[in-house]
Amino acid sequence: MAAEGAFGIRLERRPAPSRAMLLATPPLAVLLTVLAGAILFAAMGFDPLETLRAYFVSPLTSLYGWGELAVKATPLAIIAIGLALGFRGNVWNIGAEGQLTLGAICAGGLALAVYGHEGPWLLPLMMLAGAAGGLAYAAIPAYLRVRFNANEILTSLMLTYVAGLLLSYLVTGPWKDPEGFGFPQSRLFNPEALLPIVLDGTRMHLGAPLALCVVLAGWLVVARTLIGFQIKVVGLTPIAAGYAGFSQARIIWFTLLLSGGLAGLAGAIEVSGPIGQLQPAISPGYGFTAIIVAFLGRLHPVGVLLAALLMALSYLGGEQAQIELGLPLAVTGVFQGMLLFFLLASDFLTHYRVRRTASTPAAAG
Amino acid sequence: MEILSLVLMSVVAAATPLLFAAIGELVTEKSGVLNLGVEGMMLVGAVVGFAVTASGGGAVLGVSAAAAAGSAMAALFALLTLNLLANQVATGLALTLFGIGLSALVGRGFIGVPLDGLPHLAIPGLSDLPLIGPLIFGQDALVYLSFVAVAAVAWFLTRTRAGLILKAVGENPAAAHRLGHSVLRVRWLAVLFGGAMAGIGGAYLSLAYTPLWAENMTAGRGWIALALVVFATWRPGRVLLGAYLFGGVTIAQLHAQSAGVALPSQFMSMLPYLATILVLVLISRDAARIRLNAPASIGKVFHPGG
Repeated sequence: MAAEGAFGIRLERRPAPSRAMLLATPPLAVLLTVLAGAILFAAMGFDPLETLRAYFVSPLTSLYGWGELAVKATPLAIIAIGLALGFRGNVWNIGAEGQLTLGAICAGGLALAVYGHEGPWLLPLMMLAGAAGGLAYAAIPAYLRVRFNANEILTSLMLTYVAGLLLSYLVTGPWKDPEGFGFPQSRLFNPEALLPIVLDGTRMHLGAPLALCVVLAGWLVVARTLIGFQIKVVGLTPIAAGYAGFSQARIIWFTLLLSGGLAGLAGAIEVSGPIGQLQPAISPGYGFTAIIVAFLGRLHPVGVLLAALLMALSYLGGEQAQIELGLPLAVTGVFQGMLLFFLLASDFLTHYRVRRTASTPAAAG
Repeated sequence: MEILSLVLMSVVAAATPLLFAAIGELVTEKSGVLNLGVEGMMLVGAVVGFAVTASGGGAVLGVSAAAAAGSAMAALFALLTLNLLANQVATGLALTLFGIGLSALVGRGFIGVPLDGLPHLAIPGLSDLPLIGPLIFGQDALVYLSFVAVAAVAWFLTRTRAGLILKAVGENPAAAHRLGHSVLRVRWLAVLFGGAMAGIGGAYLSLAYTPLWAENMTAGRGWIALALVVFATWRPGRVLLGAYLFGGVTIAQLHAQSAGVALPSQFMSMLPYLATILVLVLISRDAARIRLNAPASIGKVFHPGG
């Protein structure tokens, strides 16, 4: 094509993705995002260095800050592990935010239903209820995709809006706190329905070690199981997978149910962890940010863990910069979007190499 | 009569942003590119259109700026997916996430700022006719523009050489490339057009439908527009039908809410989203029809001489 040949360079597809580039591009994308962020801050009239310090360093200058990092990374890692598995197999669950909401509704609903009669059995049951809720909610797009060929991106996303409205109905209607002065929120859960703190002086709760277990389990599925292998093959070469007799329907069901269940678990952890009640907004977009986490982590469990920590920092940094410098909170979203852009752009280096060509510009076209 | 006229007018207003966004995305998809960033482009269009208009630029400049902003967002997408060959699904999602953040950032000074809606056409005599007067002769300029856009796209795709090339690129980019057509250029233009239309659709929300700026005010309309393209099986006339069907559902639930239907308002508000799922299922059920109508190369990276 003229536009590509004109500069005397040519793109050549690498026979296999470059491993070095696969590992080098995420840090590169982070670096570019920080640079672009500095320019953005300067353009908005803030001192770029001061702002970057508030954004990336201040949140981590105290033990409490590290605890907050774990609190925010927990749902991100849990959701992204599930999403990454699906993305590997070209199953695009975009509705994790809705599945998280359903998980929160089921877990929270259980805590409210047994209010005053709690016991040590409650927390495990809440986690199960949350996972079951998210799983059941993800079963809808899975069924519609397998049975009716309906695009799971659109159906899972539409269901996210439906889940948000359902939660809004519950906390303004039947589940509203009777002593809550009319605020749209449920009662505060009793202590038995709250995840215990695992690090004194912080809000880091039992969900954080649970997230690590999920990461480990995700790694086992990817590296050690047949279904993990099948997902990878289907994602890379659907035709070969067809010849090998791998069932696409099975992979759609498996990845959607698993990612939905994990998102539901994350919802249960949020309401029984940092929130402690049901309210109209359970998550600041964790279900969507987890998409970025999955890609930034190269769809690999270990990468996902690192990416979850980084994105958690971007939430904390956004809040910190708002407190310290009055920066608008929306900057966090811009940052996260830019990071994904830079990552996708640099991905190019993983799959292609740039070669100089001998041809003169005139010859191209 | 008066009530009926008002209801129908509000259906038109609810359908117009969907129509703009969907007809733009249809052209993009016809060239073989799937841009899932419609929601993000609409939001940026909405905030830029509002900001320019509210800052005294006037509605014409506001809408133009919204189109330009939508195109700028689309250019980002084109650069990544067409030149840097990034995954279209992932890039489209990134565009939406970025657009949500960016629009919130740009719009933070405009929350709660009042604005007059777009002026409606008033032809003495004609616009005063009962029912059809306001409906046909009393809309704002963008409503007429949306119909022009649909007709123009339909004409372009079926009656012009350029439209034929666009479709060829969407069906078989390798063959089109061998015939000497620049796949890259055709797709860039199609993506930019899609962005401009999404931007105008967004501006219609913030300038006419509810003349104000609120974060995330598109509330999923960009995604509904994407579903509409599938619903329409990539035909402009059916996009028109689909957009008005959805406008109808939206307004029906709003009126049912205000009429005091026993159902809680949240359940009524779910209707447009559930309706989207329903039509997707009904249309997609027939896999053969989708395969027949969908541009064959949609969503696939094209790299000549790979």
